[in-house]
Amino acid sequence: MSKFTINRRSLLKGTAAVGVGLATPTIFSSKSWAAGYTNEPKGGTVTFGFNVPQTGAYADEGADELRAYELAVEHINGGGDGGMLNTFSSKALKGDGVNGKKVVFVTGDTQTKSDAARASAKRMIEKDGAVMITGGSSSGVAIAVQGLCQDAGVIFMAGLTHSNDTTGKDKRANGFRHFFNTEMSGAALAPVLKNAFGTDRTAYHLTADYTWGWSQEGSIKKYTEQLGWKTAAAVRTPLGAGDFSQYITPVLNSGADVLVLNHYGRDMVNSLTAAVQFGLRDKQVNGKDFAIVVPLYSRLMAQGAGENVKGIFGSTNWHWSLQDEGSKAFVKSFGQKYGFPPSQAAHTCYCQALLYADACQRAGTFMPSGVGAALEGFKFDGLGNGPTEYRAEDHQCFKDVLVVKGKENPTSKFDVLEVVEVTPRSQVEYPASMLGGELGPYNNGG
Amino acid sequence: MRFMGMNKQDWILFIGFSVVTLLGPIIFSPIGAGYPDLLQKFAIYGIFALGFNILFGLTGYLSFGHAAFLGVGSYTAVWTFKLLSMNPIPAIIFATIIGGLFSAAIGFISLRRTGIYFSILTLAFAQMSYNLAYSVLTPITNGETGLQLTQDDPRALDVALGRDYGAVLPSSDLFGIDMTGYPGFYFCGVMLIICFFISLRIFRSPFGMMLRAVKSNQNRMNYTGLNTRPYALTAFIISGMYAGLAGGLLAVTDPLAGAERMQWTASGEVVLMTILGGAGTLLGPVIGAGVIKYFENIFSAFNDNILEQAFSFLPETLQHIMVQVSSLFVGEGWHLTLGALFMLIVIFLPGGLMEGMRRIRNLFVSKPPGGTGSGGSADTPVQNPA
Repeated sequence: MSKFTINRRSLLKGTAAVGVGLATPTIFSSKSWAAGYTNEPKGGTVTFGFNVPQTGAYADEGADELRAYELAVEHINGGGDGGMLNTFSSKALKGDGVNGKKVVFVTGDTQTKSDAARASAKRMIEKDGAVMITGGSSSGVAIAVQGLCQDAGVIFMAGLTHSNDTTGKDKRANGFRHFFNTEMSGAALAPVLKNAFGTDRTAYHLTADYTWGWSQEGSIKKYTEQLGWKTAAAVRTPLGAGDFSQYITPVLNSGADVLVLNHYGRDMVNSLTAAVQFGLRDKQVNGKDFAIVVPLYSRLMAQGAGENVKGIFGSTNWHWSLQDEGSKAFVKSFGQKYGFPPSQAAHTCYCQALLYADACQRAGTFMPSGVGAALEGFKFDGLGNGPTEYRAEDHQCFKDVLVVKGKENPTSKFDVLEVVEVTPRSQVEYPASMLGGELGPYNNGG
Repeated sequence: MRFMGMNKQDWILFIGFSVVTLLGPIIFSPIGAGYPDLLQKFAIYGIFALGFNILFGLTGYLSFGHAAFLGVGSYTAVWTFKLLSMNPIPAIIFATIIGGLFSAAIGFISLRRTGIYFSILTLAFAQMSYNLAYSVLTPITNGETGLQLTQDDPRALDVALGRDYGAVLPSSDLFGIDMTGYPGFYFCGVMLIICFFISLRIFRSPFGMMLRAVKSNQNRMNYTGLNTRPYALTAFIISGMYAGLAGGLLAVTDPLAGAERMQWTASGEVVLMTILGGAGTLLGPVIGAGVIKYFENIFSAFNDNILEQAFSFLPETLQHIMVQVSSLFVGEGWHLTLGALFMLIVIFLPGGLMEGMRRIRNLFVSKPPGGTGSGGSADTPVQNPA
C-alpha cells in the first residue's frame, strides 16, 4: 500500500484529463446536431405521449382517458370502425396515420401530482421521443405539464382540465384545450339554478384546495351572486381527503340552504355521499328545501355516488346519451371495444387526439408552430358538441355547454344523468382578455 | 500513503464514483435510463440519500421528516429564481442555507428525544410543514398547483445585469448554459461528487467516529461526561443541508416546487432508499436512490404492448398468460415489485444491496483484503464500509 503515491499535481492532472475526456462526447451529442424541432419523427412512426392519472383521486377518469386514446390511435391508423372520424367535419385524416406515418404511443402515470406528471412527461419527451403530450385529469397537473411542454417545444393537448387558468392566467402558446372551463359552467348553470331554486338563496361552498377548486368557486360565486344569492362561507378541503364528514357538520349551522360541492372524482363521490348521509337533502332551512349543486358533473362520478345524485344539478362537457351523429358513432365504437359507454373525460381526450392528428395532417408537419397555426381559429363539427371553434387568442374551444341533473328513474347503471338544458355557445362566451395571461410565442424546441 | 486525510482505497472509491457518475449517460443507456431527466433524478436523490445516511447511518437517528427540508429547498430555489436571478448558483446556495436553518430549528426540538419518539416528532414536523405549504401558506407556496415562474417576476439581479429574457418564460441557466437536459445532469452530477467527497471525509473523520459512538451506545457516552446532543444536532443539520441542496437542484432542473415533495411518502422514500442500498455504507444510499428512481420511472411505464413484445418469443397462449401475470408487477403495479424487492432485501440482506455485493465478492476472494479473520459474518459491523 505504501508504494502507491498520489500527490496534488498528479491528481489534478488526472482529474483534468478525465474531465476533458468525459465532456467530449456530450459536446457533440448535445442539441447542436438537431435542426428543425423537438423530436421530429424521422422513421415511419410518430409517437404520442398519453400522460394520465392511473393512481390517486382521479384514477377512474384516467383509466377511461387511456381507453379513449387507444381507441383514437386505432381509428387514426385505420383500425376499427373509424368512430368520429366518419362524422368529423374535416376530412384530412384518411385512416393511414398522420403525414404518412403510423401513430404509436407511450403512456405514463401522473399520480395526480405535478411532480410525478412532469417527470413522466419528461421521460416521454426525452427518452421516448413523443412529439405531443396529452392527458391529465387535474388542472394543477395540466398547468404544470403545459409549462413543461412549452419549455421543451412540444404541443400539449390538455385532457380533462376545467380551471379557467389553463387557458387563462397560465396559458401557453404550445397548449390547447378542448374541455370547457368554470367560467362557462357558471354562465350556463346560473339561469337553471334561478329557475329551480329562485333568487333568494344562501350558498355554502366546499372547495377542492387547488387551482381548479379556486377557479370554480370564483365562477359560481360570481354568477350566483349576480342572481342575488348570498355566500355564507367557502371552505377549502385538501385534494383526496377521503372523509368529508368534518366539513359537512358546520354546513348545518351556517344558515345556508344550498351546498355547492366544488369537488371532482372520488372527492365528489365521498363528499356528496357524506352530505346525503348527514340528511342535508331532507332538511328545511329558511323555509326552503335544502339543495346540493355539483357544478362539474361526470357520469363516472354520478355512477360512483349512486342513488345520491338524483335531482342534483351540474354542468358537463359531453354526455353519452346525446343523439347527434358524432356522439352516436363514438359511443358505438367505444362500447364495442370496452363494453360500456365512455365518460366525458374519454370524450374530450379522444377529440383532442383526433384534433391534433388532423391539424398535423392539414399543416403537413408536426412542428408546433405549424400545428398551432392549423388549430388556431379552426372551426369544426361532428365531434359531439355541435359547431365548435378553437379560439386563436387563448387556445380554448368554444361550444355549447350541457346542464344536467341526476336522473330520478335510471334505466341502467350508466343512465344516471339527464340533460336539462343545452346552453348555446353565445351565452357562455367571454372576451379572452378577461382571464389575463399571455400566450407568448410558440416554442419549436430543437 | 495518505493524501488529504484519505487512504488509497478511499481515493480509488472516490475516483471510481466520479467516473461512473460522469459517464452516467453512457453507462445507463443499455438499461433504458440514459436520458437526462432520470439521470438528474439519480444524482439529486443520491445527494438526498447521502445526507440522510449521515444522520441515519452514522448516528442511528431515524428521521421520518426529511422531505420537509427537500421541499423547503425547492421553494427557496424557486423564490430565488423569481426574485434574484435565473442563475442556479445563488439558488442552490440559498436552498442549502435555508434547508440548514430549518433543520436546525426542527432538530433542536426533535433531538431531545431518541428512538421512536424522535421519528414521530420529525414526522409530525414534516406533516405540519406539508400542510402549511399545501393550504395555509398558499401565498408563498401556491398550494397544490405548485410554485412556478412567471414572465413578470422581478429577477432583480438579472435586471441589474441587463439580462432580458424577452417574451418567453425563462429557464435556469449557468452563465448561458441551459440547466435542462445533459448540462443540467452534469451540474447535478458534479454536486453529487462534491457531496460524496464531503460525506466520505465525514465518515473518515473523528467527528464521524463520534457519530458512530452515538449510535452504538449513547448512554455510555453520556455517563463519561460527554454531551452528545451537539454532535447529533450537527449531523442533523448537515443532512438537512444535503436535503435542501437536493431540493434546490430539483428546482434548478425543473423550476417548479410542489407541496407533495414534503409529503410523508417522500420522507419514507428516502428511508427506503437508504435501507435498500445499505444504511451506514458510503455508496449504498446512492445505489438505493438509483434503484427506486429507476423503478418509479421505467417500470411504471411498461404497458401491455411492451410486455407483449418482450414475450413475443413464446407461443401465443403462453405469451398471453405471461403478459397477464407480469402486468400486475409493472405499470401502475410498480409499487408491488418495489415492495417485494424491499422485503426480500430486508429479510435476506439486512445490510442492503451493499451487503449483497460484499457477499458476492467474498465468494470469489477467499481472503478479504485487510480483514483480520473476523470478517464474513453478516451481523458484525463492517469497519471500512465502501
